Order: sequence, then structure tokens, then C-alpha cells
Amino acid sequence: MDDDPRLFDYVLRLADNGVVLAQRLGEWVGKGPALEEDIALTNVGLDLLGQGRMWLAYAREIEARYAPPGRGEDALAFLRDGGEFRNLLLVEQPNGSYADTMARQFLFDQWHLMLLGALAGSKDERIAAIAAKAGKEVRYHVERSADWTIRLGDGTELSHRRMQDAVDALWMYTGEMFAVDAIERGLVAAGVAADAASLQGPWRSAVAAVFDEATLAMPGDGWMQGATGRGGKQGIHTEHLGHMLAEMQIVARSHPGARW
Amino acid sequence: MSSEWPLWEIFIRSQHGLAHKHVGSLHAVDAQMAIRNARDVYTRRNEGISIWVARSADIHASSPGDKEALFEPSNDKVYRHPTFFPMPDDVKHI
Amino acid sequence: MYAQMVDTGVAKVRDVAEMTQEERAFQDRIDADVKVEPKDWMPDAYRRTLIRQIQQHAHSEIVGMLPEGNWITRAPSLQRKATLMAKVQDEGGHGLYLYCAAETLGVSRDAMVADLHAGKVKYSSIFNYPTLTWADIGTIGWLVDGAAIMNQIPLCRCSFGPYARAMIRVCKEESFHQRQGYDIMLALCRGTPEQKVMAQDALNRWWWPSLMMFGPPDAASVHSAQSARWKIKLLSNDELRQRFVDQTVPQADYLGLKVPDDRLAWSAERGHYDFGEIDWQEFHEVIKGNGPCNRERMQTRIKAWEDGAWVREAALAHAEKHAARERQAA
Repeated sequence: MDDDPRLFDYVLRLADNGVVLAQRLGEWVGKGPALEEDIALTNVGLDLLGQGRMWLAYAREIEARYAPPGRGEDALAFLRDGGEFRNLLLVEQPNGSYADTMARQFLFDQWHLMLLGALAGSKDERIAAIAAKAGKEVRYHVERSADWTIRLGDGTELSHRRMQDAVDALWMYTGEMFAVDAIERGLVAAGVAADAASLQGPWRSAVAAVFDEATLAMPGDGWMQGATGRGGKQGIHTEHLGHMLAEMQIVARSHPGARW
Repeated sequence: MSSEWPLWEIFIRSQHGLAHKHVGSLHAVDAQMAIRNARDVYTRRNEGISIWVARSADIHASSPGDKEALFEPSNDKVYRHPTFFPMPDDVKHI
Repeated sequence: MYAQMVDTGVAKVRDVAEMTQEERAFQDRIDADVKVEPKDWMPDAYRRTLIRQIQQHAHSEIVGMLPEGNWITRAPSLQRKATLMAKVQDEGGHGLYLYCAAETLGVSRDAMVADLHAGKVKYSSIFNYPTLTWADIGTIGWLVDGAAIMNQIPLCRCSFGPYARAMIRVCKEESFHQRQGYDIMLALCRGTPEQKVMAQDALNRWWWPSLMMFGPPDAASVHSAQSARWKIKLLSNDELRQRFVDQTVPQADYLGLKVPDDRLAWSAERGHYDFGEIDWQEFHEVIKGNGPCNRERMQTRIKAWEDGAWVREAALAHAEKHAARERQAA
């Protein structure tokens, strides 16, 4: 199918969000603020990694149709350079403090849930099936991250300040989630992709409700990074991704062709 | 050090229709967090479909089975936690 | 083991004649395999020894997350990454079960953590060694988890109910840990020559520290005798070590790896492997804090704890505010 390279690109966007955010959450393992929380956050990371792998498996099938045999999940995860990654800028941002991590998680989870909800109705059966399965997991993710946003926002003076700072700092990466480029436009028209632009209103309302309970101020909508067709989805990343991949890929790349 | 998160007892009902069973405990600031943490700590392998949580401090227990006065309980709380008496480091073998 | 050299606080094992009536009744129950529960009367020394042993065990699980966690971000395949994350997470869970078991004896988790950070309570010597290559992750799963299971299976029958129940849960969950380690080793030993070298190098570095995990010979130790009497230590250190060697050497052979011990040889007479001298000086130095990673491990734990303080405080503050609001609304 002519559209396969575009579909491949689109599915990589979904896959890379999972793989990259899971990689970030993996950095927290053993270092969380409480043992229970350490375990819980790792579950989110494991879910996202699992979802990333499901999307990568589908990406391979698509790629195999026009460039057989298609790259496997490890070739895609470990042998692509930064410019070939298609994740949102938001998910590659460093962990920072727990407020930074939770703010990043909530802003993403809320969008992710809505996106997967829309994708569950995709005309592409594979996309619909993966989205339905992932959606169940993500419903729990957003419950947790919204809960922490509220607890930290409306906790102590210090936690409130840290949460507000985190939200303010990450806000400029949220616009990219709703920016629709030519690849998405074509797939939306075909009923395959979700129309991300249509999610912006509901996402804002959901985020505003949580911020309200968290006593957090909604940041002003200034300039949005990567929202004009030159962002993570197009392979133009922040400096953080390169360092993350250097670490993530080092063993796999040091032993070309090895099996693990 | 600030005050500690309260301890909760966790009860889980598995898929086989049996009653909720005590599986262990954990720390959380409130019931909602206790339920979420229980899901992550005690059902990592799909062990359960329903979770009950109760503050350990709110659970009252019967006396141990033995009738002998020897085994009379010092109190009726199952979990008498920070009541232990720390010993100075220099005091050995007591 | 995960709880090495646990001091019972006794100078000698008490004979029946020396026991008070309470102590005798307690010992009778233990001898009859009746589980001791938190509310039951127990000798202070039993309680204190258990607190020490269970918390050492718990701390070992938590500190033990670090050397393996060190490789989560660099795992060479997504499957290995997922498995490793799940495994390290399990260790956190096991630490949690164990802290809870100790808490039933009247000591809070925060107090135990404070004692760990102050250096008053130890954790297993093994976690003070560095993980230098991916093969170390396989080796830890294979050797360290293998040794741990060997110790933990008997502890499922120990006399203290909450500890025994925690161990049952841990053993059930841990069955996959050793296998995932050996599976990593299999892949390396069937892989490229460089991978095989990596595997051998890891075994060379981890073999002796793994044998040290079981602790010094303790057949003559008062503490071990007392713990055995109380059924909170079921086999001697040397017995467990011998079992471990007997079990592990054929597994190394299968991998085509050489155990780094020139004196290792099968003794037909004993029906066991003979093996060389363990460097107990190294062991004691590591226990004292002079291992290659003691400082880093503690610094990492303390930093995580301190960095998390404001989060824990905020969550408590929020819960209190929330409860107050609900009271007001009612």
C-alpha cells in the first residue's frame, strides 16, 4: 500500500512514546521517594514498555510490506539514531524532581488516554486492538498521576511550588501533542489515525479540573516547542534524547549482530 | 525525620470466588493511596480482583489461642509497632 | 546470606534447666512446630534477634536493587529490559514484605531505615560489589539469587509466622529470578566470543563473593546455635555453602565456564565438591564498609530517602487537609 511508509512513521510515534518514557521511568527504579511508590511507578514503566513493544511489532509488519523483512523491535529500539525517533519532546525530558516526573506523567497520561480512546475506533484493526488494550492500562496511569499532581499541588508549600514550577516548565512541550502534520492528516482522513487537534479542548478541560483541585495555576499558552512541524514527531528532538539513547544503546551497539 | 505514613493491612479476593484474604501490609497516607499501592504491590501477578484495606491500628484481634496465662497478650492490637524499646548501643547482651 | 552473622545477644545457649517457666513453654511450642505470632509471648532476645535478622534481610533486598538497577537503562534488548525492571521491582516488593514482617515485632520501617543509613544495621556483603558489564546481571541472577533461594526455602518453615509467610511469598515470586539470570548466561555463552569472555569475566568476579554470602563457618557459633534452637536459622552456613557449590558447578560446566578455583574437585568419598579457601579477610573488610561499593550504595540510598522526604511530607499534609475538609463537610 502506498500509505505504508506513512503508517509506519505514525506507528513509530506511538511506539517511541512508550519506549522513551519507559526508559526514563527505568531510571527511577530503586530511588523512589517511598518503597510503595517505587514499585508503583515501575509498573507504569513496565506497562509503557510493553505497549511500546506491541507498537514496534506492528511497525515491523508494516515495514515488512514495503521493505522486507522489516526491522525487529530491538533493531528499531537500539539501532536507530535520535533523528529517527518519533516520540514527543515531552516524554524525553529528564526526570528532575518527583514533581517534574509526575507533571510530565500527568500531562502525557491525560493526552495518551484520550488518544488511545480515539484510536480504539481506528479503521486499522491492529491499531484499534492495541489501543484498546493499552487504554485499559493508561486509565490507571492517569488516575495515579492526577492523584499525585493533586497531592503535591495541594500538599505543603514546598511541594506546591515544585509542582507549579514543574508544570510551568513542561507546558511548552504540550502543544506538540495536538499538532497535526501532513502524515497524520492523511491518515486521519483515511480513518486510521486519531485527530489529535480534536483532543485539545477535552484535554485542557481535564487538566484544568485536576489543576483546580491541586490549587495549581494553568500556565499561559505561550510558544509551543515542536508544534509547527519541526518537533519530536518529525525527529527533531531536544538535546536530552541523544544522551538517553547513548546510554540505552551502548551495549547493543558495541556488539553488532550479537544476540542477548 | 517527619512522621511516618500509617500502616495498612491488605486483603485481596482472588478470582476463585474465595473470601478476601490477608496478604500483607504496606504504608500509605490514606485509604485511596493504600488501595492503589496494594494493587501495585500485591497484585503484580494478577493475584486478585478486589482489594480491601484497613488501617492496622484499627484492627482488633482475639487473644492467642493458648489458655495459659503465659500467653496472655499485652494489648489487643495485632500490630503494635513503634512501641519497641530501643537499647543504648553500649549495652550488650541484655 | 542476606542476613549474615546475626547477633542473638546471648552468651550461651540456655539449657532447659536455666529457662524460666515462660521460656520453657515457648521453647516447647517451637519444638512442636507451632508458629510464633506477634502477639504471643516471646523472649526479648528472640524478638530482638528476629528484628535484626529480618531487617538485615529487608535492607539487603532494597540495597540489592541498586547493582542490578544500574543496568536497567542499558539492557541490550527490550525483552531483557522488561524482565530486569520486573525483577528489580520484585526485590523492592520483597523488601517491603520483610519490613512489614519486622514491623509486627514493634519496630517501625522508618526507624529501620534510619538504622541502615546510620550504619547500625548491615545488609548482605554481596551488594557492595560493582556490576561492570551486562554479564554481571546474568551472574547475579544465577549465583546470587540461586544462593538466596537456597537460604530462603528453609526459612519458609521458620518459627515466626509473619517471617515464614513473607518468605513463602518471596520464594513463589523469586522462582523466575534465578532462571532469568541463567538464561542471560546461556545467551552469552552461546553468543559471540566477546560475549563468552564477558560471561567468564563476570563469573570470575562474582564466584568468591557469592560463596561469602553464606557467612563464615558457624558450626561453633553460639548465635547460630541459639538461632537454630529458635528455628529461625535452619541450616548452618557451611551446609548451605556446600549445597550451593554442588548445585552450581555442574551449571557452570553446562555453560562451558570455568569456576575460578584451582582446588575445586569432586570428592567421591564425600559425595560433594571440595573447594578452596575463602578470603575471610576480604569478607570482613566488606562487612566493615570497605568493599568496592559500600559508600556509593549507602550514598544512593540516603540520597533517595532525603530527596523523597518532601514528597512523603506533602502526601501526608495533603491527606490531613483532605480529611479535615471532609470532617468539616460532615
